[in-house]
Amino acid sequence: MTPIACHECDLLLMPLELSAARSQAYCPRCGARLYGCHHDRLEKILALTVAALTLLVTAISFPIVGLDIQGHYAETTVLDAAQALWREERGLLAGLVLLTTVLMPLFELGAVLWLVLPLWRGWRPWGFARVFRLLRLAQPWAMVEVFVLGVLVSLVKLSHLADVLPGPAMACFGGLMALLAALSVLIDPPALWQAWDAARPLPFAGGALRRFRKARA
Amino acid sequence: MTVTAASRGLAVCEVCGRLTPLAEAAHCPRCGAPLHLRKPGSLGRCWALLLSACVLYLPANLLVVMQTQSPFGTEESTLLSGVVFLWNSGSWSLAVVVFAASVVVPMLKLFSLTYLLLSVGRRSVRHRRARSRLFRLLELIGRWSMLDVYVVTLLVALVQVQSLAVIVPGPGIVAFGAVVVLSMLATMAFDPRLIWDVESPPPFPGKSE
Ligand SMILES: [Zn+2]
Ligand SMILES: [Zn+2]
Repeated sequence: MTPIACHECDLLLMPLELSAARSQAYCPRCGARLYGCHHDRLEKILALTVAALTLLVTAISFPIVGLDIQGHYAETTVLDAAQALWREERGLLAGLVLLTTVLMPLFELGAVLWLVLPLWRGWRPWGFARVFRLLRLAQPWAMVEVFVLGVLVSLVKLSHLADVLPGPAMACFGGLMALLAALSVLIDPPALWQAWDAARPLPFAGGALRRFRKARA
Repeated sequence: MTVTAASRGLAVCEVCGRLTPLAEAAHCPRCGAPLHLRKPGSLGRCWALLLSACVLYLPANLLVVMQTQSPFGTEESTLLSGVVFLWNSGSWSLAVVVFAASVVVPMLKLFSLTYLLLSVGRRSVRHRRARSRLFRLLELIGRWSMLDVYVVTLLVALVQVQSLAVIVPGPGIVAFGAVVVLSMLATMAFDPRLIWDVESPPPFPGKSE
């Protein structure tokens, strides 16, 4: 086994083989989570990611909340809400909302699919390192669970003012929140890299590289 | 005596976690990412982002977060008055949640990061495990402050009936959004390994900042 270093305190460690499902390894010095046990995880990740993508697309395209103020009916999707801020000349805020509730979750799920689908078939995906790095950068900015709480708070605030009707997207966002939480437990960066080590390069990628080198030589 | 990777001249790849001797390569042989013993310029960047977040924290709390215009007049609310409104209207549990997300979490983040930066600067050896845990807590809870931004966004989008009531976002919520983003960036800039470096500082001080 090769040694590893704790990413939070730099302690050099020999990794232990974890056997029990759901067991986790922690750093003895600072207590940071190091890696988890991973057997047959790629398939589960794949299934959850596809389900989450479906829910996300549905959640974006349907209204979250409807509101009946004395006969005036109004409803809004996430995109409508960002657009409303844009109209009020709060472009930065509109961008932040769009980024954290739509773009980053979409990118996160798309990237997981890009990485895991070929690995599951035993192939190394193109640009694995670059996509993996972008995924790590994007993850903190996808805030679906906070948004769900925000929807609940606005429902209560609005219920003092008018009749509120929860829309179909609300259930989708709720489900999405649960799926993303499950995914964040399943996706273990060291395990993904181990799978990458074990996988073979895509056949066309190697051929293209050889042809490119020949052309340059 | 604990042995760190840095004391052996080994750098952890930030992208894939592979250990590589820094003397042999400047880039990770597995994924190609540039290698450092510690995040370069971590303390300076963290201080700069933290101070800008502190400066914006004042307007975020003092300026109007949203304005409700109705035939009966205009009503302006700030972060705190929003919590008070929830409390007075009987939604106590929700008032507590919103208070935690919009007041406690940002304050906790600003104070804790200042404490972490100061203690690292003084090369303190006390409570290192607790400080590591505090840092992990900050990474976990920082995002929840976005709650108010989402609430204002949804209210603005829904309440747009010209003859009855119109809700307009105020400058306070923009400042508050900036505080959340800046304090998250500051947490990301901080390198928690610096907390432990007092025991065995990395051999190349120039690269650790
Ligand atoms: Zn550690
Ligand atoms: Zn690497």
